[in-house]
Amino acid sequence: MNQAQQRVTDTEGWLEVGRIEEIPSLGARVVRTPAGDIAVFRNADDEIFALRDKCPHKGGPLSQGIVHGRRVTCPLHDWKIHLDTGLAVAPDEGCAARFPVKVDDGVVHLSLAADEGCPDR
Amino acid sequence: MKEKLVLIGNGMAGVRTLEELLKLAPEQYDITVFGGEPYSNYNRIMLSPVLAGEKTIDQIMLNDDQWYADNGVTLHKGKWVETVDRARRVVHAGDVSAHYDRLIIATGSYPFVIPVPGSELKGVISFRDIADVDAMLHAAGRPGGRAVVIGGGLLGLEAANGLNKQGMDVTVVHLMDSLMERQLDKPAAELLRTSLEAKGLKFLMQAQTEAILGAGQVQGVRFKDGLEVPAELVVMAVGIRANFQLAEKIGLHCERGVVVNDTMQTFDPRIYAVGECVQHRGQTYGLVAPLFEQAKVCANHLAHIGIARYEGSVTSTKLKVTGIDLFSAGDFIGDEHTESLVLQDPGRGLYKKVVLKDNRIQGAVMYGDTIDGTWYFELMRDRTDISDFRDSLLFGQAHLGDSGHGDDNRVAAMADSSEICGCNGVCKGEIVEAITQKNLFTLDDVRAHTKASSSCGSCTGLVEALLAHTVGGDYSQSPAKKPLCPCTDFTHDEIRTGIRDHELKHMSAVRTYFEWKTPDGCSKCRPALNYYLLCQWPGEYQDDSQSRFINERAHANIQKDATYSVIPRMWGGGTTPQELRAIADVAEKYSVRMVHVTGGQRLALYGLTKEQLPQIWGDLTQAGLVSGHAYGKALRTVKTCVGREWCRFGTQDSTALGIDLEKMTWGSWTPHKFKMAASGCPRNCAEATIKDFGVVCVDSGYELHVGGNGGVKVRATDLLCHVETPQQVLDYCAAFMQLYREEAHYLERTAPWIERVGLSYVKAKIVEDSASREALTQRFHYAQQFAQDDPWAARAKGAEAHEFVPIKQVS
Ligand code: SRM
Ligand SMILES: Cc1cc2nc3c(=O)[nH]c(=O)nc-3n(C[C@H](O)[C@H](O)[C@H](O)COP(=O)(O)OP(=O)(O)OC[C@H]3O[C@@H](n4cnc5c(N)ncnc54)[C@H](O)[C@@H]3O)c2cc1C
Ligand code: SF4
Ligand code: FES
Repeated sequence: MNQAQQRVTDTEGWLEVGRIEEIPSLGARVVRTPAGDIAVFRNADDEIFALRDKCPHKGGPLSQGIVHGRRVTCPLHDWKIHLDTGLAVAPDEGCAARFPVKVDDGVVHLSLAADEGCPDR
Repeated sequence: MKEKLVLIGNGMAGVRTLEELLKLAPEQYDITVFGGEPYSNYNRIMLSPVLAGEKTIDQIMLNDDQWYADNGVTLHKGKWVETVDRARRVVHAGDVSAHYDRLIIATGSYPFVIPVPGSELKGVISFRDIADVDAMLHAAGRPGGRAVVIGGGLLGLEAANGLNKQGMDVTVVHLMDSLMERQLDKPAAELLRTSLEAKGLKFLMQAQTEAILGAGQVQGVRFKDGLEVPAELVVMAVGIRANFQLAEKIGLHCERGVVVNDTMQTFDPRIYAVGECVQHRGQTYGLVAPLFEQAKVCANHLAHIGIARYEGSVTSTKLKVTGIDLFSAGDFIGDEHTESLVLQDPGRGLYKKVVLKDNRIQGAVMYGDTIDGTWYFELMRDRTDISDFRDSLLFGQAHLGDSGHGDDNRVAAMADSSEICGCNGVCKGEIVEAITQKNLFTLDDVRAHTKASSSCGSCTGLVEALLAHTVGGDYSQSPAKKPLCPCTDFTHDEIRTGIRDHELKHMSAVRTYFEWKTPDGCSKCRPALNYYLLCQWPGEYQDDSQSRFINERAHANIQKDATYSVIPRMWGGGTTPQELRAIADVAEKYSVRMVHVTGGQRLALYGLTKEQLPQIWGDLTQAGLVSGHAYGKALRTVKTCVGREWCRFGTQDSTALGIDLEKMTWGSWTPHKFKMAASGCPRNCAEATIKDFGVVCVDSGYELHVGGNGGVKVRATDLLCHVETPQQVLDYCAAFMQLYREEAHYLERTAPWIERVGLSYVKAKIVEDSASREALTQRFHYAQQFAQDDPWAARAKGAEAHEFVPIKQVS
């Protein structure tokens, strides 16, 4: 963990992002970090997901896409990405790195350490 | 416990039903399949290319054993079902039996064998399955072999061509005086026969088979007139009959097939039937396209979704003989109530005939150049009134205007490296490979797997032609009823009507009413529904920004690097030093990376971050500039020329007229973008004749033009009418825009919309019926009250602030 991260996260590595209502339902907000943007999504069931804000296709900003079910459609060329895994919906191939999130008392927390499985490009 | 589903018949329709079902409800059933043939599911259509040596059996397998295993489907290969105990719900096939809660019968059909003496001899074969093809290839293996094919229809000719390519000496025998008489008229049949003769086939026409000769093994065929033709192989391809023996035996109501209703149910509600064995509304089908539609409907009901209906199909025919292009559909012979348009070019071996009744296509037959087959077929199926383009109908769907691939439309002749889809850079070879390797049958499949035709769509015709060419025969046409998106089975029109008639005023109300398959739609239907609701309930419906594409949500155009562009309105293409100064100041203050003069007569600022947008808008607003909606499915630009005020040729004040048009229409949301222009004289410097609504000023007044398009596919406008005053121009414009807003499908420009509904229809609503025009104009103005609210000014003052800033910044 680098220094910047230590400053903003609690002892267990969680960063407080904001209240769940600050993210539009079926929408996303961006968390800007020195290592790049992370998109934090909220779907119709108030589930929260976080992905690197970079489409596996050509790097489009996923946070700007349309959220539906557990998917987001990239605004640039319409790839669909699974919010829960970061994987592109078949037959497209690729994935966006996934970040752990949790909601405590309506407050969204994010870990800045990407999950294993998908390279964080 | 899961319900048990049993399928009898491991063929194309039955397994397609399972595929559709597994897509909808993968976990619902324990599935068991009985197949009489000792193979897993293969593409029967492709037996012809296998016989011709162009494909191998391996290449035509659709679902291998692994597929059954992966999907938890139990397959009993080579097991012929003898009976079904409907009371106990058990299927019996020799030593195997299976219990069912629901049953699908998909037993296909069997080849008809004419009952002449000798028809049971060894060497007399029909053409239906792998075993038949094996037998034919075996016979063809002997040198100097001679074959007689009885039947000059589709199957017979494909068999004959295959055997010919295998080196046999082949004679085709036909009862009628012209080949494929149910699919071709005489001139086309003649052309076909000439090309097949050139390939080495021989024909005996109007020949009635009397007996097949030989003892044990076939030796020849004798005809009624006494002629005898020697042969070691006789292929009977005189037709098929629905195979409903099993269904009949177990007491299901059968006529010429197993009778089913619109949900593919037989008279026993637990038993469904699909495929060639079925009779639906008195029809049986022998091509895969309708069977696949049936499969979709059947799966929908098995998955308990229960909304799909099968309403019958219109089919078309193609012959899979390499190097021969023919197409036919519908009634192509005609009668005293129809008219025929014919194009004949014997030198190039071309023949085209389109049969019309009341300016609607009844049928078409073409030989030599079939690229427009799909287009005619669509026009026929949709019962489109073709009077507006009747004069050019025979020349085809002029692809000549398409940018990106010029006139290179002869898909068959195209090199594998030719680019088909200019947007996604997909070449012919890639598409053909995807179709064959992944066994794709539909346009949607090809779009999903290759991206071809998934963007601007201008290459759709080419991709469809490639599909038809590659899959051969009749690939699955897009169904007659095109659902809005995969979330629903309803069409754009059905949904718009529902929204109006049932006063649905919220997106969730629409989804509930139409039983949407997804809880919150998808990126395709949400923007469409948002627009439909907005258009139908102005002032009432609350716009849903999360259902808008990012450009419309952020009121700026997103760029490839996630920056944005800003294009303020310049009314009618005019500007002032003060406006220019404000734009220059903004460009400097925010270090804009580029200022570009757009193709729409205004200035664009490029490379801005999202956070900067509200501030920039604030500065622009101060100078009186408003959003140019360059990002929206909305009114875009109104181009003008300087007109009578300056130009020596100008007849009217086109500049002022353009400004008035823009002031009246700005802010209006439309199904797709809407562009206008006003030119001062027929020299037309503002290019009014490629705009959605264009005005060309003339001495006596104003010519109004509609339905033009510059982009992907150039279309010049149609002349709507001539009017005399500027006020009339404004009124007609408002009426036209409103008609388009209310009736076009979302993402349909005026050009394809007018081609779909016909110019006559638009004229009837706007020119001929003044009450209708006035009502439309009024509805337009009513809606504009709520629309003319500059989104930039509001956001500069803080509206939707969350859209433009990160929720958190970590340093
Ligand atoms: C900015 C501009 C190019 C320029 O710098 O000159 C432009 C830029 C884009 N055009 Fe255009 N078009 C621009 C004038 C045109 C014109 C010329 C005109 O309007 O006279 C045409 C042909 C005329 C026509 O539309 O009939 C044009 C035909 C298209 C098309 C094809 C539309 C069609 O119906 O075939 C698309 C694709 C689409 O809309 O689906 C498109 C799409 C686009 C998009 C929005 C692509 C996208 O979805 O991101 C481009 C955004 C680029 C960007 O980064 O901002 N643009 N585009 C022009 C803006 C004019 C304005 O002031 O608002
Ligand atoms: C050579 C050839 C070329 C063709 N070309 C084209 C073309 O270009 N375009 C086109 O659209 N169509 C074409 N067709 C027609 C197309 O193949 C059929 O319409 C389609 O296969 C019918 O599907 P189905 O599932 O109804 O029947 P089938 O595919 O015939 O499947 C029925 C299966 O059920 C099995 N079965 C029957 N009874 C029982 C039982 N009691 N127990 C167990 N199993 C049983 C059969 O063995 C068979 O395997 C062609 C057909 C042939 C033969
Ligand atoms: S601005 Fe228009 S023509 Fe240019 S690249 Fe973009 S979409 Fe294509
Ligand atoms: S960058 Fe996301 S689809 Fe192309």
